[in-house]
Amino acid sequence: MSIALITFPGSNCDRDCFHALHNVVGAPVHSVFHKETDLGQCSGVLVPGGFSYGDYLRAGALAKISPIMPAIKRFADAGGPVLGICNGFQILCEAGLLPGALMLNRKLQFISRWVGMRVENSNTIFTNQLWEGQIVRMPMAHAEGNFTTDPVTLAEIIANKQIVFKYVEPVREDAPEGNPNGSTLSIAGLTNARGNVLGMMPHPDRAAEAILGSTDGVPIFRAFAEAARSANSIGTLA
Amino acid sequence: MEETVKTRVIVKLKESVLDPQGQAIMQLLEQRGYKGITDVRVGKLIEFELEGVTAEQGAAMLNEVADKLLANPVIETFRIDAL
Repeated sequence: MSIALITFPGSNCDRDCFHALHNVVGAPVHSVFHKETDLGQCSGVLVPGGFSYGDYLRAGALAKISPIMPAIKRFADAGGPVLGICNGFQILCEAGLLPGALMLNRKLQFISRWVGMRVENSNTIFTNQLWEGQIVRMPMAHAEGNFTTDPVTLAEIIANKQIVFKYVEPVREDAPEGNPNGSTLSIAGLTNARGNVLGMMPHPDRAAEAILGSTDGVPIFRAFAEAARSANSIGTLA
Repeated sequence: MEETVKTRVIVKLKESVLDPQGQAIMQLLEQRGYKGITDVRVGKLIEFELEGVTAEQGAAMLNEVADKLLANPVIETFRIDAL
């Protein structure tokens, strides 16, 4: 059983994520190409960042109709842990595995810099090694991270405690919410209602070793790997 | 000879969704002295050429393609020109 790491044409953080999972956290991981239709012996799915299909049409739009997507949907529907980072978050929203949409940043710019996030919910399979209110620091690098949804869905997201990370600036615990990209309620990461799918815009894979300037991403990968370990063989259903 | 049919799918942001590109264009136009513009919204126009399908089949297919792919129903609506 290992974590399926999905590579689309244009994915460019798949190697970073492989390194973080395999070498930093010590989790079993195998690559799955977008043209495949099953996930192999899989207990977790990681959709990495990048520019799948060149971000043509909308970021993540073309990836949602790629051959591997039905298997990812079946795996998520069966309750398997799925983590989407940056473009992976965009893809999971487009595919309907997460609510809402990630629109162009408010100021229309590609923003690439370090950012702080406050942990809003530590009671998820992805954040149970962090604490509520903890500030984590990692790089963001995207042009479409402006989370948008209708008011009814937003109310459900809040009621279900699906908001996992909010941007804060400057990077300290008493900082007000920051909002680098115009995201609704400064949302930087959220889960589906069931809690087995997380999407986040900032990159834990770029904050997974001291030499990178932060290790705040490590507890997220460790928690995800632990969730995958206990998810057993549900992946074989996919 | 197969007849080629051309049509267009127009994808627009929902009225309820703020359009940062449209706002930027409108602000610049105002600064440059263009008067009377009260809103600008940017959408997408996607042209199709179809062959070997009836107008009905083509319309049904494009409706599915637009619904599943070309427009994101969370933020966008679409319209297909008559075939």
